[in-house]
Amino acid sequence: MRASRPALLTLAVATALLASACSSSGGSGSGSGGGSGAGTTLTYWASDQGGSIAQDVKVLTPELNAFTKATGIKVKLEVIGWNDLLNRILAATSSGQGPDLVNIGNTWSASLQATGAFLPISDDVMKQIDGTGRFLPGALAATGAPGQPPVGVPIYSMSYALYYNKAMFQAAGIAQPPTTWDEFVADGKKLTKSGQWGVSVEGAQTPENAHHAFTFSKQQGGSFYDSSGKPTFDTPQNVAGIKQYVDFMAADKIANPSDAEYSNGTEAVKDFATGKAAMLLWQSADATLAQYGMQPSQYGVAPVPFNAAQPSGPSHVDSIVAGINLSVFANTKNKDAALKFMKFMVSKQTQTDLNKAYSSLPSVSDAYTDPAFQTDTVKTLQSVLSTTAAPMPAVATESQFETVIGTALKNLFADAAGGKPVTDQSVAAQLDQAQQQLQAGG
Amino acid sequence: MAEPRTPVAAHPARNWARVRRAGLPYLLLLPAVVFELLVHVVPMLTGIYMSFKHLTEFFIRNWGAAPAAGWDNYRFALDFNGAIGRQLLQSFWITCAFTVLTVGLSWLLGTGAAVLMQDPFRGRGLLRTYFLVPYALPAYTAAITWEFMFQRDTGLVNTLLVHDLHLFKTAPFWLIGGNSFWALLITAVWRTWPFAFLVVTAGLQNIPGDLYEAAALDGAGTWQRIRSITLPQLRSVNQVLVLVLFLWNFNDFNTPFTLFGNVPPPQANLISVQIYDTSFQNWNFGSGSAMSVLLLLFLLLVTAVYLLLTNRRGKSDA
Repeated sequence: MRASRPALLTLAVATALLASACSSSGGSGSGSGGGSGAGTTLTYWASDQGGSIAQDVKVLTPELNAFTKATGIKVKLEVIGWNDLLNRILAATSSGQGPDLVNIGNTWSASLQATGAFLPISDDVMKQIDGTGRFLPGALAATGAPGQPPVGVPIYSMSYALYYNKAMFQAAGIAQPPTTWDEFVADGKKLTKSGQWGVSVEGAQTPENAHHAFTFSKQQGGSFYDSSGKPTFDTPQNVAGIKQYVDFMAADKIANPSDAEYSNGTEAVKDFATGKAAMLLWQSADATLAQYGMQPSQYGVAPVPFNAAQPSGPSHVDSIVAGINLSVFANTKNKDAALKFMKFMVSKQTQTDLNKAYSSLPSVSDAYTDPAFQTDTVKTLQSVLSTTAAPMPAVATESQFETVIGTALKNLFADAAGGKPVTDQSVAAQLDQAQQQLQAGG
Repeated sequence: MAEPRTPVAAHPARNWARVRRAGLPYLLLLPAVVFELLVHVVPMLTGIYMSFKHLTEFFIRNWGAAPAAGWDNYRFALDFNGAIGRQLLQSFWITCAFTVLTVGLSWLLGTGAAVLMQDPFRGRGLLRTYFLVPYALPAYTAAITWEFMFQRDTGLVNTLLVHDLHLFKTAPFWLIGGNSFWALLITAVWRTWPFAFLVVTAGLQNIPGDLYEAAALDGAGTWQRIRSITLPQLRSVNQVLVLVLFLWNFNDFNTPFTLFGNVPPPQANLISVQIYDTSFQNWNFGSGSAMSVLLLLFLLLVTAVYLLLTNRRGKSDA
């Protein structure tokens, strides 16, 4: 066996290489010292609300400084992009090494609640942060599964709306924003011409796709889960809803096929802001639009259209209850300080300042007295949120649902962009595969 | 390492000195062994342990509480009638094709460039350094640059192909659909070939010049010299090079992830991303680990067979 010594050596090296490749484990976090009150340093992971991480740091830093001045508690801020946030939270949860507080997309509440990663907001905690009775009921409902104590408090509330370019509408002779999808498609065709499209979509972004799939299927009377929490993806209503959305590109040809590769969550907004598309279905786009140089006077905001003019019942849904929650990690060593920070974040003043900066809606009712929240745009969004928005399914597999459904739509958009037909069968096949993957996960 | 037979020592002090002398190499090895355990063996064993657990979102805070899964995760990954198994098998074939093409092209480019750079000429050093730039760039920077270039409306690739050369009527997609495989391949080859170039260049330095002189006297042409001297002399270098390139590319995660984001197009779904999706997108770390273990076993098997074959051939050649 002498001759095989080098071979064995190579094998050992190879094994080592493989091992390093296979044992993937992301994890980063920073511990923080004990004690509470002055001198403590909290670590806070904020989500990207301002269109860029630099913008978020700029908005949040003065608020955090005010908090430090008032309490002596320092806050170490890290803004995390949407593509990484959930993974970072998962890594922090599994390693036990995480921040003290984190922003989450409210649709993940039930999923993250299932992990037990977050401190439940009991009635006592609610009193401690001065939150009892102040939160908007819809926003508060999206903080966990029904019947269990919430695992966070809402800090920014949002809803989807139709953003439209006023000048382009005028040039095409359209007087009013569309209220039904038939009108929407007809207007979209009028608005589509050389170098300009009727609507821009973020076709490869999974959460965005999942939100639209949810709303469109709701309007068809569909549902992705039955009452016992079992997935029911491949229903005719869901197929119809998703096909209707993908058809903006596939059949109606009012969306640029290039949108099928838009994945970072800003490209569709940028196209709308720079005059490449006349309409956009988005949540709280103002801050991002301003960043790309679009003035509020240049665009209008209207509710998302319906299938019929005045639907009623459970299909009267034109948005998800969108928003951001603030949660405390259950294994924080600075619980008291963390709750003080939470109290600060939901206070009237901070809510007013931050939601103004992010063009989102305050989640506490007393902040609406500020004139910034009395504009037409805010009133439109607020009315959607309080009357026709529905919360995403509050099931433990919600975050997986967003990924698998978002992927199904991404594949369908890719088909449409590549000239392959999108049919009821191809939509159903994608939904079927998505459901199998989801069930495999649980 | 055979134990040398030694007579029983008469003197205890001399005995102790021998133990110390014999023990020293092991003592010196100890830090390396400890780090090897820490960095490679322990995570690998943890991965194997996880693959026998139902480790889902309900248990990631407390792994110990996850129920035992037996062989469930493996059965599940290898059930090619189910959605996950079918996808895994499909991504396995895509990964095989991707790896073979990447290794082949990288080797060809690297060897070709190294042979061309063998004879001294003005600017050789500069050119050699220039060739190594893709290898020196961080993976993320390189892949994100390619991502920009492959974008349909604003990318450099389509500007060249469609606007300047008029090769296509409508701009093709590179990051979605069937072309995504080629985009991935191009990026990977671009990133990998400088390494092949570097290794082969180093190997060429060891070939004695008189071999070429003798061949030239015998009237051998350039092509004959490459075939009869360069390639046989590079055999041992190539053996390791091809193996390392294979392992790197089969496991490559950075390139597809940076190019396509968390959800790759089905046509370019490499197995490492598939495993990542199972673990992190579907929150099923147990079956993700089972897939990793299967991948490890497959690569070990390929490596063992490869080394057996190449060594046997090497001996029969000699």
